[in-house]
Amino acid sequence: MNLEPVAQNLVFGLFVGGLYGIAAVGLSLVFGVQKVLNVAHGSLIMLGGYASFWIFTWYGIDPFLAIAITGPLLFAFGLVLYFGLFRFVTRLREEERIKNSLLISFGLTLVLENVAIQLWTADERAITTSYAGEGTTIGDIAFPYTRVAGLIVAAICVFALHAFLTRTFAGKAIRATSEDWEAASLMGINVQRTYAVAFAIGTALAGIAGALVGVSYLIAPSIGLAWTLKALVVVVLAGMGSIMGAFFAGVLLGLAEALSIYVFGTSYREVVGLVLFVLVLLVRPQGLFGRR
Amino acid sequence: MLELEANDIYVSYGDLTALWGVSLQVHQGEIVVLIGPNGAGKTTLMRAIAGLQPPYRGNILFDGESVHQMRAHQLVERGVVLIPEGRRLFAGMSVLDNLMLGAYAPKARKALAETFDRVYTIFPVLAERRGQAAGTLSGGQQQMLAIGRALMAQPRLLLLDEPSLGLAPLVVADIFDVLRQINADGVTVLLAEQNARMALELAHRAYILEEGRVSGEGTGREMLEADHVRRAYLGQVTPLEEAAGP
Repeated sequence: MNLEPVAQNLVFGLFVGGLYGIAAVGLSLVFGVQKVLNVAHGSLIMLGGYASFWIFTWYGIDPFLAIAITGPLLFAFGLVLYFGLFRFVTRLREEERIKNSLLISFGLTLVLENVAIQLWTADERAITTSYAGEGTTIGDIAFPYTRVAGLIVAAICVFALHAFLTRTFAGKAIRATSEDWEAASLMGINVQRTYAVAFAIGTALAGIAGALVGVSYLIAPSIGLAWTLKALVVVVLAGMGSIMGAFFAGVLLGLAEALSIYVFGTSYREVVGLVLFVLVLLVRPQGLFGRR
Repeated sequence: MLELEANDIYVSYGDLTALWGVSLQVHQGEIVVLIGPNGAGKTTLMRAIAGLQPPYRGNILFDGESVHQMRAHQLVERGVVLIPEGRRLFAGMSVLDNLMLGAYAPKARKALAETFDRVYTIFPVLAERRGQAAGTLSGGQQQMLAIGRALMAQPRLLLLDEPSLGLAPLVVADIFDVLRQINADGVTVLLAEQNARMALELAHRAYILEEGRVSGEGTGREMLEADHVRRAYLGQVTPLEEAAGP
């Protein structure tokens, strides 16, 4: 039996898994801290993809360097969204927040998708750099540069976020707020401001994920919900409250999908994630890395 | 000098009014105790003062400044710090992180090193266990951490809601000794307590809260000797009742 296609599939699964990971980390952070479920997360990924596409097309700035622009841009957009739409949700009791935020963010998905169609048409686009399609081979396995770089950037962002949350005062305030917002306010932490910052970080991560998607895969106005679904599956796989867990669960899903292509063929690729989703809910409802 | 003053405050949770025109004064350097049965509104009053449950009528003054519309984090910056019922530690975070978060307010953060020393001197066990997750401490140690965390904020007025809840009597005695010491260092203390005898022995003055209203006040000693208090809160029968008994 020839194992080479399996290995190649697994390597590609690893790359796409890194993107699932960074997509899920943003969603998990926002949900964990605010108990707000933002189904527009995938649409924010789409926006990040377009931002870096236009920055590349108009100014010729390399999409990996452009992250230094798209990240802060989406961070600012996250602040606008928080103060414009989601701030009102966080005044509600925690149980009420999920359903209200679902409605708001689903509406936001429709708005963002249609605005994107109006502005940029429904065509699929990809950022084609001069080094697109190039790569190196180890053994007979191909490693395209853009995808390798995408995985590295995703991993760096997630590790940086983890360090921020565990090492800095501001990061600890975010974790404290996610554990018990009322007790956090008794420490002198401005809970509304902490929510806003966490939401903006989540949005910035979506923007970076979008830039990485644009380099190695395709962007179109309609990709939002598919990415939200992937991110949701990963968050459930990982369990709440674990940033690194969400990233590793993303990688795991990417690998599982890649294996399934080899075993069942491409048509069942989407099914694998959903089957894993159901299995985890049945066997380990707190997720692979979650706390009870 | 008058430090805290609540004038005729009403607090409600939705349709349910929990405080009906409560007034209270706390002077600088005092230990004031609130006693009263479960559901009398002690916790609500503490939450109102700390900015978690703003009153819909009446006002609260701290140092003469109106504070009843401020949020909790703003009151912490002014030196009003609540240790809530059930302690509410960040259970998944380390002892050290809990203490650090106590000093989140900018002014407290500047004095971080000194306050750490002070807290570790009062509670050496917290220094020993600084790397341990707060949720894995014993009940008494958790209460010490809750007090230590509040001290990190450099409070001027420390509010404690039922610190003795679920603790062994010996541990409670230790906690009360610490409160006496903190007060001697110049921190004003307002304490809500079910454990009326120990609290009244500690108190300079006390208020009785019943059904959302103040039903009595006096010095700690007066309260310990008042018939009504002895019957309802100290579990004692008065000599008269004893004589009337079988």
